[in-house]
Amino acid sequence: MPISLIQPEFKVKIDYDKCHKCGRCVQQCGWGVYSFNERPIPDDSKCRACHRCVTYCPAHCINITKNDLAYRTNDHWDPALRKAVWRQAETGGVMLTGMGNDKPYQNIFDHLVLDACQVTNPSIDPLREPMELRTYLGRKPDNVDVEPDGQGGYRLKGGDSISKNIKLNTPIIFSPMSYGSVSLNVHKSLAMAAERLGILMNTGEGGLHADLYPYQDNVIVQVASGRFGVNPEYLNRGAAIEIKVGQGAKPGIGGHLPGEKINKEVSETRMIPQGSDAISPAPHHDIYSIEDLRQLIYSLKEASGYKTVGVKIAAVHNVAAIASGIVRAGADYVYLDGFRGGTGAAPQIIRDNVGIPIEIAIAVVDQRLRDEGIRNQASIIAAGSIRSSADLAKAIALGADAVGIGSTALMAMGCHLCQGCHTGSCSWGLTTQKPELTRRVDPEWGAERLTNLVNAWSHELQEILGALGVNAVESLRGSRERLRAIGLDQQTCEILGVKPAGM
Amino acid sequence: MEFNPLLERMPTSKLPTFSDREGVFGFDRPSYSEEALSKIHGGCGLMGICDESGTLMSGVEAIKAMAVQRDRGNGLGGGFAGYGIYPEFPEHFCFHMMYHDLKAKEDAEAIFDQYFVVDLAEPMPTRPTKGITDAPLLWRYFLNPDPHKLEISEMSPEDFIVHTVMLINSSVDGAFVASSGKNMGAFKGVGFPEEIGHYFRLDEYEGHTWVGHNRFPTNTPGWWGGAHPFTLLDWSIVHNGEISSYGINSRYLEAFGYKCSLGTDTEVAAYLFDLLLRRHKLPLELACKALASPLWSEIDRMPAEEQAVMRSLRAVYGPGMLNGPFAIVLGFNGGMLALNDRIKLRPLVAARQGTRVMVASEESAMREVLDAPDRVWAPKAGEPVIARVKGMEWPIHGDLHLSASEISCAVTGVDSSCEIVEVS
Repeated sequence: MPISLIQPEFKVKIDYDKCHKCGRCVQQCGWGVYSFNERPIPDDSKCRACHRCVTYCPAHCINITKNDLAYRTNDHWDPALRKAVWRQAETGGVMLTGMGNDKPYQNIFDHLVLDACQVTNPSIDPLREPMELRTYLGRKPDNVDVEPDGQGGYRLKGGDSISKNIKLNTPIIFSPMSYGSVSLNVHKSLAMAAERLGILMNTGEGGLHADLYPYQDNVIVQVASGRFGVNPEYLNRGAAIEIKVGQGAKPGIGGHLPGEKINKEVSETRMIPQGSDAISPAPHHDIYSIEDLRQLIYSLKEASGYKTVGVKIAAVHNVAAIASGIVRAGADYVYLDGFRGGTGAAPQIIRDNVGIPIEIAIAVVDQRLRDEGIRNQASIIAAGSIRSSADLAKAIALGADAVGIGSTALMAMGCHLCQGCHTGSCSWGLTTQKPELTRRVDPEWGAERLTNLVNAWSHELQEILGALGVNAVESLRGSRERLRAIGLDQQTCEILGVKPAGM
Repeated sequence: MEFNPLLERMPTSKLPTFSDREGVFGFDRPSYSEEALSKIHGGCGLMGICDESGTLMSGVEAIKAMAVQRDRGNGLGGGFAGYGIYPEFPEHFCFHMMYHDLKAKEDAEAIFDQYFVVDLAEPMPTRPTKGITDAPLLWRYFLNPDPHKLEISEMSPEDFIVHTVMLINSSVDGAFVASSGKNMGAFKGVGFPEEIGHYFRLDEYEGHTWVGHNRFPTNTPGWWGGAHPFTLLDWSIVHNGEISSYGINSRYLEAFGYKCSLGTDTEVAAYLFDLLLRRHKLPLELACKALASPLWSEIDRMPAEEQAVMRSLRAVYGPGMLNGPFAIVLGFNGGMLALNDRIKLRPLVAARQGTRVMVASEESAMREVLDAPDRVWAPKAGEPVIARVKGMEWPIHGDLHLSASEISCAVTGVDSSCEIVEVS
């Protein structure tokens, strides 16, 4: 085999003076970096800097550093671009990658700051006063119709129109990640955490494993272009149904789960033969336009006794008009996935160059729905790299009803963003089906860490609300007056509906 | 007068454009509304009193109640509204007008002459008062729509009045309608409320319901029209507070066609009442629950049927919920409503003595006006105090069919409000 022109990304350094020669690193590394010959010998070229070996080395004698190999300076030709050329010249293939867009596009969340109360209105202390985060997802009527109940009070006229709404204790849900792309233990962790938190997890397009049936009231079941695992029972088990049209990391692109990941359990859940590739077409072949989407929405509602049905789309240029069409087609929520959103596998060229930021998408969709007087007809869930409770609060202030966290949830369970999800060899046992790796995630441990993360963010959101002087999250939702921009150009400010700091 | 907007039926709002205005008036004078476009931060004091038997009380009572709360204002705005004050003209709409100059008066009166039967036009009775300077020309008109013009317009009298208010406030530079209801009037300006009351000779009026306001703005608008109460038809609203949820409240209202041009919390509160009471026909009690919602923990403990109502109210009207400190008094021909925010961040005290119900920011106001109150209490957060004059019709669902943008335009006098395309 001819030599590769690509030099390793990282250097694995072992302090052999401290090394126990125990071989733990050899066992822990999913990428096959280490061989053992009296002592562990690393192959730098295979390292992804996932830190699994560093974390588990009992002697703390492993360090990973960047390969500081110098390249001739050329601002036009980043070394990553040169390596891509060499790699494609070697393989002739489409470069695959995992996780979200890592390019240095301007991050809008980092240019927005929140308000706080001083003197003319009081801030509220969340440790002493109620601070409400409860959120109802789904279609709401324009107004509430009541009639006298004959006893001096009132009752709802024409039934409870929000009875199909889904209650979230905090405006956060777990983003769709399919069983197949992640392990069953990851799904179990997400489902258990969702139940404890009073929020939702999302199956992604890989069906619902029987082990998750006890958590079905906290699960969104997804219907994607491959229709994997979709049957009437599946639709009726979920708390809500989601039609996946697109994904922020790969708008317009389908999915491909290689046959080697389709073990017996995955095969049964997805309803496809063991070992066969699971290919999700790029479009739904029964949705070639908006009227087709309407038919699918109502088919799913008919099949499920009129459960909440949402539609997930990638944030693309025309997202406002698309979202408006989706709401008019009958969707109860629109799930917007920004271009920083993660993926189990995507062509790198798509991931890094297609789509728009979630901040922009929230702003234009929320505004469009308001302009058309239909904002109450659907909730907006925003995802695509919500990294902290600050991003959460800013997303809500821009107009989102709730946010989805996927990559962040995986990070709670150990993910180090090494971008190797597509390899199926995740050392942290997350995006893999290899039994020796998947057993690294104990669902009880995963659920506890996820619960901790969401609770921590919820507390921080309460602190932010308190500083803003409001005691319910609906008073921040869409309240862009509480945001100011620093260092954004005027047109971006106008699109966001946010004034620059100082105004 | 070349434009006849009331003669040509206006399906939504086809107000004269700016160039039309120039063509008619031909010069530029300040429109009052143009002076008041920035959001005003500040605190305030307020009062409301209603005799449920309909017995009339002198305006002195309202002045006394505000005078003891002098420290709650800074002399940059005070005002009152009285109900039942014009028994000689109970069926006439009474326009209280503020004019920048004589030309504004002529222009506004041309509209009155053309579309109304004016039975009495007179300068507002005032007396020189220390502390009151720069008063605009103040006039009042007792009038009714010209029956013929009303018929052509195919509007209800209330619609016709609101349309006129909108027309004057937005198109007649230098003219502002301070109030436009029947058997009621607003008296407001720049000064401490007791000075304003003295200036307008409120001691010579008697009403069954009074509301009053003392303002502490943190800027100096110097604009008489910007003082409280805000009024439209019979409604008046006085408000103490700063709505921390202003951003989403105003965006929510915009989706229903309202345009929050003045940038004041009071304006937002007024539109929310209009939306909930008139357009969505919610009972007053439930409208209060939508604006100052109970906590989820309280809702969860309610009986099933009530819980369903409250849950729907919160889920549907969440964006309209007034969050942050406020105390508000809504006056109308037939009573008043006082409401506190959901965790009582601004003072509101209530008292009852016989048939008199009184609310104020401070208990001292009650002790000043009522000699032996049967009961003095602090209304709980979000629990409305409602007083209704016996035998008076409930006016909230009056014969009004105007769009939200027309209401906005009438209240603010900003004609850009009227350019909104109505949404379903």
